[in-house]
Amino acid sequence: MREIDTVDRQIIAKMQGDFPLCERPYAQVAEQLGIAEGDLLARLERLLADKVLTRFGPMFQVERMGGAFVLAALSAPEERYEEVTALVNALPQVAHNYRREHALNMWFVLATETQDGIAKAIALIERNTGLVVYAFPKEQEYFVEMKLEARI
Amino acid sequence: MDQIDRALIVATQAGLPLVPRPYAQIAEQLGIAEAAVMARLQGLLDSGMIRRIGAVPNHYAIGWTANGMTVWDVVDERVDELGALVGALPFVTHCYRRPRALPAWPYNLFAMVHGSSRDECSSKAEEIRVLLGAACRANDILYSTKILKKTGLRIGA
Repeated sequence: MREIDTVDRQIIAKMQGDFPLCERPYAQVAEQLGIAEGDLLARLERLLADKVLTRFGPMFQVERMGGAFVLAALSAPEERYEEVTALVNALPQVAHNYRREHALNMWFVLATETQDGIAKAIALIERNTGLVVYAFPKEQEYFVEMKLEARI
Repeated sequence: MDQIDRALIVATQAGLPLVPRPYAQIAEQLGIAEAAVMARLQGLLDSGMIRRIGAVPNHYAIGWTANGMTVWDVVDERVDELGALVGALPFVTHCYRRPRALPAWPYNLFAMVHGSSRDECSSKAEEIRVLLGAACRANDILYSTKILKKTGLRIGA
């Protein structure tokens, strides 16, 4: 992966929220960063291509649209890990998926447009993998603010 | 949320166009005015359907190479009071109460911590443990070793 420089770090810090709603939003942010609009666009393109950024755009709260967002986990046997990963990731309802060190070694987030979409997605994953899926819907949210500055 | 809002979500869920006038490009795609795109996005922000508009970094790539999901079995009578305190710690990025799945999973409080090393994460977890005190019966920390997928919401067109 290409190393990121000071300007990239400033872009990452600056652009994790509050992207302006105006005709030339990139020009506005670029001006605040002291760089040219074209430079900002080129850097964003590169940061996305290099997967330093995974996405740039609106972050939706599907619950507020009547949908659901649920953390779930399963225990995949080591020899089937890749196969199970492919089966789980194949569902568009799987928004994120992480490997974690635990007996429950695969943790994923299901995001569906309707409430019953979650149960359907879980049933499908259980059928496709033959494994039990544990659902951990949030019962109470105490805090969410995922903004991390670059440390390198 | 009407059909145009829904079309706007479908058009932007993979990301905003990287062009000087991104809202004009979306507007053209949807057959509405640029100003309407901006006004609708503002409306979705105001109603909380959009949490924010911005970049999502791959935290590994920007130096946060250790990420621990700390999980706690906190007595039910105190979990909300303590969950609020854990969520207020400056280094906790997400904090939720979730159901237990006994006997496999005894934990009801989840708090995400990030660091440049596992040591950093575990010392943060230790701060949480001290805060929870005797109300916590068991705990664990699940480190992630790989991002298997990170695309965000995808609804059908």
